Amino acid sequence: MNAPMKALIAVVCLALAASPALAEPPKPANAPVVSPDGALYRAFGGHDGLVRVVDDLFVYVDADTRINGFFEKAKRAHTKAMLVEQFCQVTGGGCVYSGKDMGASHHELGITQADFDALVEDLQRAMDKNKVPFPAQNRLLAALAPQSRAIVYHPTAADMATSGPVSQ
Amino acid sequence: MFSKFGAIALALAVTCTAVPAHAQSLFSSFSGKLLLTGGVNSVEGSAGGGLTPWAVTGGYGTQTQLGGNVYGTTIDTTDYRITSYGGVVTAFDRLELSLSRQSFDTQKVGGALGLGDGFTIDQTTAGIKVRLLGDAVMDQDEWWPQVAVGAQFKSNDKGWLVKALGARDDSGTDYYISATKLLLAEGVLLNATIRETRANQYGILGFGGIDNAYHTEFEGSAAYLVDRHIAIGAEVRTKPDNLAVAHEGTAYDAFVAIAPCKAFSLTLAYVDLGNIVTRRQTGFYASLQAGF
Repeated sequence: MNAPMKALIAVVCLALAASPALAEPPKPANAPVVSPDGALYRAFGGHDGLVRVVDDLFVYVDADTRINGFFEKAKRAHTKAMLVEQFCQVTGGGCVYSGKDMGASHHELGITQADFDALVEDLQRAMDKNKVPFPAQNRLLAALAPQSRAIVYHPTAADMATSGPVSQ
Repeated sequence: MFSKFGAIALALAVTCTAVPAHAQSLFSSFSGKLLLTGGVNSVEGSAGGGLTPWAVTGGYGTQTQLGGNVYGTTIDTTDYRITSYGGVVTAFDRLELSLSRQSFDTQKVGGALGLGDGFTIDQTTAGIKVRLLGDAVMDQDEWWPQVAVGAQFKSNDKGWLVKALGARDDSGTDYYISATKLLLAEGVLLNATIRETRANQYGILGFGGIDNAYHTEFEGSAAYLVDRHIAIGAEVRTKPDNLAVAHEGTAYDAFVAIAPCKAFSLTLAYVDLGNIVTRRQTGFYASLQAGF
Protein backbone atom coordinates (compact mmCIF):
# COMPACT_ATOMS: atom_id res chain seq x y z
CA MET A 1 0.00 0.00 0.00
CA ASN A 2 1.45 3.36 -1.00
CA ALA A 3 1.74 6.48 1.09
CA PRO A 4 -1.15 8.54 -0.36
CA MET A 5 -3.48 5.56 0.06
CA LYS A 6 -2.46 5.23 3.71
CA ALA A 7 -2.89 8.95 4.25
CA LEU A 8 -6.32 8.86 2.62
CA ILE A 9 -7.48 5.94 4.74
CA ALA A 10 -6.22 7.75 7.83
CA VAL A 11 -8.18 10.88 6.87
CA VAL A 12 -11.35 8.89 6.20
CA CYS A 13 -11.07 7.01 9.49
CA LEU A 14 -10.46 10.21 11.43
CA ALA A 15 -13.36 11.97 9.76
CA LEU A 16 -15.76 9.10 10.32
CA ALA A 17 -14.69 8.84 13.94
CA ALA A 18 -15.12 12.58 14.40
CA SER A 19 -18.38 12.99 12.51
CA PRO A 20 -20.76 12.44 15.48
CA ALA A 21 -18.93 15.25 17.27
CA LEU A 22 -19.26 17.44 14.20
CA ALA A 23 -23.01 16.90 14.18
CA GLU A 24 -23.36 19.62 16.78
CA PRO A 25 -26.77 20.50 18.17
CA PRO A 26 -28.65 22.73 15.73
CA LYS A 27 -28.49 26.44 16.34
CA PRO A 28 -31.73 28.22 17.16
CA ALA A 29 -33.50 27.50 13.92
CA ASN A 30 -35.41 30.69 13.42
CA ALA A 31 -33.99 32.57 10.52
CA PRO A 32 -31.91 35.73 10.77
CA VAL A 33 -32.76 39.14 9.41
CA VAL A 34 -30.70 39.22 6.22
CA SER A 35 -31.82 42.59 4.93
CA PRO A 36 -32.13 45.02 7.86
CA ASP A 37 -32.82 47.93 5.50
CA GLY A 38 -35.85 46.14 4.06
CA ALA A 39 -34.57 46.14 0.47
CA LEU A 40 -35.26 42.41 0.22
CA TYR A 41 -38.76 42.89 1.69
CA ARG A 42 -39.47 45.46 -1.01
CA ALA A 43 -38.08 43.13 -3.70
CA PHE A 44 -40.75 40.65 -2.65
CA GLY A 45 -43.42 43.30 -2.93
CA GLY A 46 -43.76 43.98 0.78
CA HIS A 47 -46.41 42.33 2.91
CA ASP A 48 -48.87 41.85 0.06
CA GLY A 49 -46.15 40.32 -2.08
CA LEU A 50 -45.22 37.83 0.64
CA VAL A 51 -48.88 36.88 1.09
CA ARG A 52 -49.18 36.22 -2.64
CA VAL A 53 -46.01 34.10 -2.64
CA VAL A 54 -47.20 32.04 0.34
CA ASP A 55 -50.70 31.64 -1.13
CA ASP A 56 -49.20 30.37 -4.38
CA LEU A 57 -46.76 28.19 -2.45
CA PHE A 58 -49.66 26.26 -0.96
CA VAL A 59 -51.37 25.91 -4.32
CA TYR A 60 -48.23 24.08 -5.45
CA VAL A 61 -47.80 22.19 -2.16
CA ASP A 62 -51.37 20.89 -2.24
CA ALA A 63 -50.74 19.51 -5.72
CA ASP A 64 -47.35 18.07 -4.76
CA THR A 65 -47.81 14.41 -3.85
CA ARG A 66 -44.30 14.33 -2.41
CA ILE A 67 -45.18 16.53 0.54
CA ASN A 68 -48.87 17.47 0.64
CA GLY A 69 -49.45 14.87 3.36
CA PHE A 70 -47.41 16.94 5.80
CA PHE A 71 -49.67 19.99 5.80
CA GLU A 72 -52.96 19.84 7.63
CA LYS A 73 -55.58 21.86 5.82
CA ALA A 74 -57.31 22.73 9.10
CA LYS A 75 -54.26 24.69 10.19
CA ARG A 76 -53.72 26.29 6.80
CA ALA A 77 -54.46 29.90 7.72
CA HIS A 78 -52.14 29.71 10.71
CA THR A 79 -49.36 28.01 8.72
CA LYS A 80 -49.56 30.66 6.02
CA ALA A 81 -49.57 33.49 8.55
CA MET A 82 -46.52 32.07 10.32
CA LEU A 83 -44.63 31.70 7.03
CA VAL A 84 -45.48 35.25 5.96
CA GLU A 85 -44.36 36.48 9.38
CA GLN A 86 -41.10 34.58 9.17
CA PHE A 87 -40.36 35.68 5.60
CA CYS A 88 -41.19 39.25 6.64
CA GLN A 89 -38.70 39.03 9.50
CA VAL A 90 -35.96 37.56 7.30
CA THR A 91 -36.42 40.07 4.50
CA GLY A 92 -36.31 43.05 6.85
CA GLY A 93 -39.99 43.89 6.88
CA GLY A 94 -39.89 44.52 10.60
CA CYS A 95 -41.98 41.54 11.72
CA VAL A 96 -41.05 39.31 14.63
CA TYR A 97 -41.73 35.62 14.10
CA SER A 98 -44.10 34.51 16.85
CA GLY A 99 -44.44 30.86 15.87
CA LYS A 100 -42.85 27.77 17.30
CA ASP A 101 -39.20 26.95 17.06
CA MET A 102 -38.57 25.22 13.73
CA GLY A 103 -37.21 22.09 15.36
CA ALA A 104 -40.08 21.84 17.85
CA SER A 105 -42.75 22.37 15.20
CA HIS A 106 -41.37 19.67 12.89
CA HIS A 107 -40.02 17.06 15.25
CA GLU A 108 -41.45 13.57 14.80
CA LEU A 109 -42.88 14.31 11.36
CA GLY A 110 -40.08 12.25 9.82
CA ILE A 111 -39.29 14.92 7.24
CA THR A 112 -36.43 14.01 4.91
CA GLN A 113 -34.02 16.27 3.07
CA ALA A 114 -35.90 15.37 -0.10
CA ASP A 115 -39.14 16.63 1.48
CA PHE A 116 -37.42 19.86 2.52
CA ASP A 117 -36.05 20.31 -1.00
CA ALA A 118 -39.50 19.64 -2.46
CA LEU A 119 -40.90 22.51 -0.41
CA VAL A 120 -38.02 24.70 -1.62
CA GLU A 121 -38.90 23.82 -5.22
CA ASP A 122 -42.54 24.72 -4.66
CA LEU A 123 -41.44 27.99 -3.06
CA GLN A 124 -39.19 28.69 -6.03
CA ARG A 125 -42.15 28.17 -8.38
CA ALA A 126 -44.26 30.50 -6.26
CA MET A 127 -41.54 33.17 -6.29
CA ASP A 128 -41.12 32.76 -10.05
CA LYS A 129 -44.85 33.18 -10.55
CA ASN A 130 -44.73 36.42 -8.58
CA LYS A 131 -41.71 37.67 -10.54
CA VAL A 132 -39.41 37.81 -7.52
CA PRO A 133 -35.94 38.47 -8.95
CA PHE A 134 -33.66 35.40 -8.85
CA PRO A 135 -30.99 37.03 -6.59
CA ALA A 136 -33.73 38.04 -4.11
CA GLN A 137 -35.07 34.48 -4.14
CA ASN A 138 -31.62 33.15 -3.34
CA ARG A 139 -31.14 35.57 -0.44
CA LEU A 140 -34.34 34.33 1.18
CA LEU A 141 -33.49 30.69 0.50
CA ALA A 142 -29.98 31.15 1.90
CA ALA A 143 -31.52 32.37 5.16
CA LEU A 144 -33.99 29.48 5.29
CA ALA A 145 -31.68 26.64 4.17
CA PRO A 146 -29.98 26.12 7.56
CA GLN A 147 -33.41 25.36 9.06
CA SER A 148 -33.14 22.02 7.29
CA ARG A 149 -30.84 20.88 10.09
CA ALA A 150 -33.63 21.33 12.63
CA ILE A 151 -36.51 20.28 10.38
CA VAL A 152 -35.07 17.22 8.66
CA TYR A 153 -35.42 14.10 10.74
CA HIS A 154 -32.09 12.46 11.56
CA PRO A 155 -32.70 9.13 13.25
CA THR A 156 -30.63 8.48 16.34
CA ALA A 157 -29.41 5.06 17.36
CA ALA A 158 -32.16 4.91 19.98
CA ASP A 159 -34.84 5.69 17.37
CA MET A 160 -33.49 3.01 15.08
CA ALA A 161 -33.67 0.47 17.90
CA THR A 162 -37.33 1.17 18.62
CA SER A 163 -39.22 2.37 15.57
CA GLY A 164 -38.34 4.15 12.39
CA PRO A 165 -39.52 7.63 11.44
CA VAL A 166 -43.12 8.13 10.49
CA SER A 167 -43.08 8.38 6.73
CA GLN A 168 -45.76 10.78 5.51
CA MET B 1 -21.97 24.44 -34.09
CA PHE B 2 -23.84 26.67 -31.66
CA SER B 3 -27.09 26.12 -33.53
CA LYS B 4 -26.54 22.39 -33.10
CA PHE B 5 -26.18 22.72 -29.34
CA GLY B 6 -29.05 25.19 -29.23
CA ALA B 7 -31.18 22.51 -30.88
CA ILE B 8 -30.01 19.95 -28.31
CA ALA B 9 -30.83 22.29 -25.42
CA LEU B 10 -34.27 22.97 -26.89
CA ALA B 11 -34.90 19.25 -27.39
CA LEU B 12 -33.95 18.60 -23.76
CA ALA B 13 -36.24 21.36 -22.56
CA VAL B 14 -39.11 19.89 -24.56
CA THR B 15 -38.32 16.41 -23.21
CA CYS B 16 -38.29 17.82 -19.69
CA THR B 17 -41.76 19.30 -20.03
CA ALA B 18 -42.93 16.02 -21.55
CA VAL B 19 -42.08 14.14 -18.36
CA PRO B 20 -45.68 13.66 -17.26
CA ALA B 21 -47.05 14.80 -13.94
CA HIS B 22 -47.95 11.26 -12.96
CA ALA B 23 -44.24 10.44 -13.03
CA GLN B 24 -43.99 12.71 -10.00
CA SER B 25 -45.09 9.91 -7.70
CA LEU B 26 -42.31 7.73 -9.12
CA PHE B 27 -39.81 10.55 -8.66
CA SER B 28 -40.89 11.03 -5.05
CA SER B 29 -38.47 8.25 -4.16
CA PHE B 30 -35.68 9.79 -6.24
CA SER B 31 -34.16 13.08 -7.27
CA GLY B 32 -34.67 14.94 -4.01
CA LYS B 33 -31.73 17.31 -4.43
CA LEU B 34 -32.16 20.75 -5.92
CA LEU B 35 -31.45 21.41 -9.58
CA LEU B 36 -27.77 21.43 -10.62
CA THR B 37 -26.56 20.60 -7.08
CA GLY B 38 -25.18 17.24 -8.24
CA GLY B 39 -22.76 18.96 -10.61
CA VAL B 40 -21.86 17.62 -14.03
CA ASN B 41 -19.37 14.86 -14.85
CA SER B 42 -15.69 15.67 -14.91
CA VAL B 43 -13.56 14.24 -17.68
CA GLU B 44 -12.68 11.25 -15.47
CA GLY B 45 -16.34 10.64 -14.62
CA SER B 46 -16.55 11.87 -11.03
CA ALA B 47 -19.26 14.44 -10.34
CA GLY B 48 -18.04 18.02 -10.29
CA GLY B 49 -17.12 20.52 -12.90
CA GLY B 50 -15.75 19.55 -16.28
CA LEU B 51 -12.10 19.33 -15.29
CA THR B 52 -12.25 18.56 -11.59
CA PRO B 53 -14.29 16.59 -9.08
CA TRP B 54 -16.32 18.47 -6.48
CA ALA B 55 -17.32 17.36 -2.99
CA VAL B 56 -20.91 16.86 -4.16
CA THR B 57 -22.15 13.39 -5.01
CA GLY B 58 -23.40 12.91 -8.56
CA GLY B 59 -27.05 12.64 -9.46
CA TYR B 60 -29.91 13.89 -7.34
CA GLY B 61 -30.18 11.43 -4.46
CA THR B 62 -30.47 12.82 -0.92
CA GLN B 63 -29.53 11.15 2.38
CA THR B 64 -32.36 8.63 2.02
CA GLN B 65 -32.11 8.11 -1.74
CA LEU B 66 -30.04 6.60 -4.51
CA GLY B 67 -28.90 8.64 -7.48
CA GLY B 68 -27.06 8.17 -10.72
CA ASN B 69 -26.31 9.44 -14.16
CA VAL B 70 -24.66 8.66 -17.46
CA TYR B 71 -22.76 11.14 -19.57
CA GLY B 72 -20.87 11.62 -22.78
CA THR B 73 -18.27 14.30 -23.37
CA THR B 74 -16.35 15.33 -26.44
CA ILE B 75 -13.46 17.79 -26.55
CA ASP B 76 -12.14 18.93 -29.90
CA THR B 77 -8.76 20.57 -29.52
CA THR B 78 -6.19 21.95 -31.91
CA ASP B 79 -4.76 18.51 -32.71
CA TYR B 80 -6.86 15.94 -30.91
CA ARG B 81 -10.30 14.68 -30.10
CA ILE B 82 -10.82 13.54 -26.53
CA THR B 83 -14.00 11.69 -25.69
CA SER B 84 -15.16 10.48 -22.32
CA TYR B 85 -18.25 8.55 -21.38
CA GLY B 86 -19.47 6.68 -18.35
CA GLY B 87 -21.62 7.16 -15.31
CA VAL B 88 -21.95 7.28 -11.57
CA VAL B 89 -24.15 5.65 -8.97
CA THR B 90 -24.53 7.28 -5.59
CA ALA B 91 -25.92 6.09 -2.29
CA PHE B 92 -27.47 8.32 0.38
CA ASP B 93 -25.56 11.44 -0.67
CA ARG B 94 -22.56 9.78 0.93
CA LEU B 95 -20.89 7.40 -1.51
CA GLU B 96 -20.28 7.86 -5.23
CA LEU B 97 -18.97 5.13 -7.49
CA SER B 98 -18.03 6.01 -11.04
CA LEU B 99 -16.86 4.17 -14.11
CA SER B 100 -15.72 5.88 -17.27
CA ARG B 101 -13.63 5.56 -20.37
CA GLN B 102 -11.42 8.24 -21.86
CA SER B 103 -10.34 8.04 -25.50
CA PHE B 104 -7.60 10.19 -26.91
CA ASP B 105 -7.72 10.28 -30.70
CA THR B 106 -4.38 11.54 -32.01
CA GLN B 107 -5.90 12.28 -35.44
CA LYS B 108 -3.16 13.52 -37.81
CA VAL B 109 -0.53 13.69 -35.07
CA GLY B 110 -0.71 9.89 -34.87
CA GLY B 111 0.22 9.70 -38.54
CA ALA B 112 3.09 12.13 -38.12
CA LEU B 113 4.46 10.03 -35.26
CA GLY B 114 4.23 6.87 -37.36
CA LEU B 115 1.35 5.46 -35.31
CA GLY B 116 -1.21 6.01 -38.03
CA ASP B 117 -3.85 8.71 -38.45
CA GLY B 118 -6.54 8.40 -35.82
CA PHE B 119 -4.39 6.29 -33.50
CA THR B 120 -6.31 6.25 -30.23
CA ILE B 121 -5.21 5.74 -26.65
CA ASP B 122 -7.95 4.52 -24.33
CA GLN B 123 -8.13 4.64 -20.56
CA THR B 124 -10.62 3.14 -18.13
CA THR B 125 -11.19 4.93 -14.84
CA ALA B 126 -13.02 3.59 -11.80
CA GLY B 127 -13.72 6.16 -9.12
CA ILE B 128 -14.88 6.23 -5.55
CA LYS B 129 -15.81 9.34 -3.57
CA VAL B 130 -16.98 9.64 0.02
CA ARG B 131 -18.60 12.77 1.43
CA LEU B 132 -17.07 13.35 4.82
CA LEU B 133 -18.82 16.38 6.23
CA GLY B 134 -20.78 19.49 5.49
CA ASP B 135 -23.61 20.29 3.14
CA ALA B 136 -22.56 22.68 0.40
CA VAL B 137 -26.12 23.87 -0.15
CA MET B 138 -27.85 23.80 3.25
CA ASP B 139 -25.09 25.04 5.58
CA GLN B 140 -25.54 28.67 4.54
CA ASP B 141 -24.94 29.94 8.08
CA GLU B 142 -21.60 28.16 8.49
CA TRP B 143 -18.22 28.89 7.01
CA TRP B 144 -17.28 25.29 6.36
CA PRO B 145 -17.66 23.70 2.97
CA GLN B 146 -18.82 20.25 2.02
CA VAL B 147 -15.75 18.02 2.00
CA ALA B 148 -15.22 14.73 0.22
CA VAL B 149 -12.27 12.46 -0.50
CA GLY B 150 -11.92 10.25 -3.51
CA ALA B 151 -9.73 7.99 -5.57
CA GLN B 152 -9.60 7.32 -9.29
CA PHE B 153 -8.14 4.01 -10.44
CA LYS B 154 -6.91 4.44 -14.00
CA SER B 155 -5.75 1.87 -16.52
CA ASN B 156 -4.29 2.83 -19.90
CA ASP B 157 -4.57 0.31 -22.75
CA LYS B 158 -1.40 1.41 -24.61
CA GLY B 159 1.23 0.51 -22.05
CA TRP B 160 3.87 -0.20 -24.69
CA LEU B 161 3.45 3.27 -26.14
CA VAL B 162 3.34 5.30 -22.94
CA LYS B 163 6.36 3.41 -21.60
CA ALA B 164 8.21 4.16 -24.85
CA LEU B 165 7.42 7.82 -24.19
CA GLY B 166 9.02 7.59 -20.76
CA ALA B 167 6.13 6.73 -18.44
CA ARG B 168 6.81 4.12 -15.78
CA ASP B 169 3.39 2.49 -15.64
CA ASP B 170 0.26 1.97 -17.66
CA SER B 171 -1.94 2.22 -14.58
CA GLY B 172 -2.11 4.43 -11.55
CA THR B 173 -4.34 5.83 -8.87
CA ASP B 174 -5.15 9.47 -8.15
CA TYR B 175 -6.28 10.53 -4.68
CA TYR B 176 -8.06 13.79 -4.01
CA ILE B 177 -9.81 15.86 -1.41
CA SER B 178 -12.42 18.38 -2.52
CA ALA B 179 -14.10 21.23 -0.70
CA THR B 180 -17.22 22.76 -2.23
CA LYS B 181 -19.27 25.70 -0.99
CA LEU B 182 -22.35 27.30 -2.44
CA LEU B 183 -22.67 30.94 -1.42
CA LEU B 184 -26.37 30.93 -2.17
CA ALA B 185 -27.15 34.53 -1.28
CA GLU B 186 -24.50 35.60 -3.81
CA GLY B 187 -25.34 32.85 -6.32
CA VAL B 188 -21.72 31.71 -6.36
CA LEU B 189 -20.28 28.21 -6.08
CA LEU B 190 -16.63 27.65 -5.23
CA ASN B 191 -14.62 24.44 -5.27
CA ALA B 192 -11.04 23.60 -4.47
CA THR B 193 -9.50 20.18 -5.00
CA ILE B 194 -6.08 18.90 -4.06
CA ARG B 195 -5.01 15.87 -6.07
CA GLU B 196 -2.14 13.48 -5.47
CA THR B 197 -1.25 11.96 -8.81
CA ARG B 198 1.43 10.32 -10.94
CA ALA B 199 -0.65 10.68 -14.10
CA ASN B 200 0.67 12.32 -17.25
CA GLN B 201 -2.14 14.12 -19.12
CA TYR B 202 -4.87 12.55 -16.93
CA GLY B 203 -3.21 9.13 -17.47
CA ILE B 204 -3.56 9.24 -21.25
CA LEU B 205 0.27 9.32 -21.39
CA GLY B 206 0.74 6.88 -18.53
CA PHE B 207 1.94 7.27 -14.97
CA GLY B 208 5.28 8.39 -13.59
CA GLY B 209 8.14 9.59 -15.74
CA ILE B 210 11.21 11.57 -14.82
CA ASP B 211 10.33 10.59 -11.27
CA ASN B 212 7.84 8.08 -9.97
CA ALA B 213 6.63 10.20 -7.07
CA TYR B 214 3.16 11.49 -6.37
CA HIS B 215 2.74 15.13 -7.32
CA THR B 216 0.42 17.47 -5.44
CA GLU B 217 -1.80 19.41 -7.83
CA PHE B 218 -4.49 22.07 -7.40
CA GLU B 219 -7.82 22.26 -9.13
CA GLY B 220 -10.33 25.06 -8.71
CA SER B 221 -13.78 25.95 -9.98
CA ALA B 222 -15.91 29.04 -9.63
CA ALA B 223 -19.45 29.26 -10.93
CA TYR B 224 -22.17 31.89 -10.96
CA LEU B 225 -25.85 30.97 -11.02
CA VAL B 226 -27.47 32.98 -13.79
CA ASP B 227 -30.82 31.48 -12.95
CA ARG B 228 -32.08 28.17 -11.60
CA HIS B 229 -31.24 26.37 -14.83
CA ILE B 230 -28.00 27.98 -15.95
CA ALA B 231 -24.58 28.28 -14.35
CA ILE B 232 -21.52 29.89 -15.91
CA GLY B 233 -18.01 29.61 -14.61
CA ALA B 234 -14.36 28.82 -15.05
CA GLU B 235 -11.93 26.17 -13.90
CA VAL B 236 -8.24 25.55 -13.59
CA ARG B 237 -6.32 22.29 -13.14
CA THR B 238 -2.60 22.07 -12.62
CA LYS B 239 -0.86 18.86 -13.64
CA PRO B 240 2.55 17.27 -13.20
CA ASP B 241 5.12 17.99 -15.90
CA ASN B 242 6.93 14.71 -15.58
CA LEU B 243 7.61 13.35 -19.08
CA ALA B 244 10.98 14.28 -20.57
CA VAL B 245 9.73 14.06 -24.16
CA ALA B 246 6.93 16.63 -23.91
CA HIS B 247 5.99 19.55 -21.70
CA GLU B 248 2.63 19.29 -19.89
CA GLY B 249 0.73 22.47 -19.05
CA THR B 250 -2.08 23.68 -16.84
CA ALA B 251 -5.63 23.25 -18.13
CA TYR B 252 -8.36 25.91 -18.03
CA ASP B 253 -11.95 26.15 -19.11
CA ALA B 254 -14.82 28.60 -19.20
CA PHE B 255 -18.21 26.88 -19.19
CA VAL B 256 -21.95 27.24 -19.28
CA ALA B 257 -24.03 24.43 -17.80
CA ILE B 258 -27.71 24.23 -18.68
CA ALA B 259 -30.16 21.98 -16.85
CA PRO B 260 -33.72 22.31 -18.16
CA CYS B 261 -34.70 19.72 -15.53
CA LYS B 262 -33.03 17.17 -13.28
CA ALA B 263 -33.13 14.48 -15.96
CA PHE B 264 -30.75 16.24 -18.34
CA SER B 265 -27.95 18.75 -18.49
CA LEU B 266 -25.80 20.12 -21.26
CA THR B 267 -22.42 21.69 -20.56
CA LEU B 268 -20.51 23.68 -23.15
CA ALA B 269 -17.05 25.06 -22.59
CA TYR B 270 -14.08 26.66 -24.20
CA VAL B 271 -11.00 24.81 -23.02
CA ASP B 272 -7.31 25.46 -22.99
CA LEU B 273 -5.77 22.13 -22.03
CA GLY B 274 -2.23 23.47 -22.15
CA ASN B 275 0.51 21.77 -24.11
CA ILE B 276 -0.17 18.13 -25.01
CA VAL B 277 2.90 16.69 -26.80
CA THR B 278 2.77 18.92 -29.87
CA ARG B 279 1.53 22.33 -28.80
CA ARG B 280 -1.06 24.18 -26.75
CA GLN B 281 -4.48 22.60 -27.20
CA THR B 282 -7.52 24.84 -27.25
CA GLY B 283 -11.01 24.05 -28.41
CA PHE B 284 -14.60 23.28 -27.54
CA TYR B 285 -15.99 20.94 -24.96
CA ALA B 286 -19.53 19.59 -24.96
CA SER B 287 -21.01 17.22 -22.41
CA LEU B 288 -24.45 15.72 -22.15
CA GLN B 289 -25.72 14.16 -18.93
CA ALA B 290 -28.84 12.15 -18.17
CA GLY B 291 -29.72 10.94 -14.73
CA PHE B 292 -31.78 11.12 -11.58
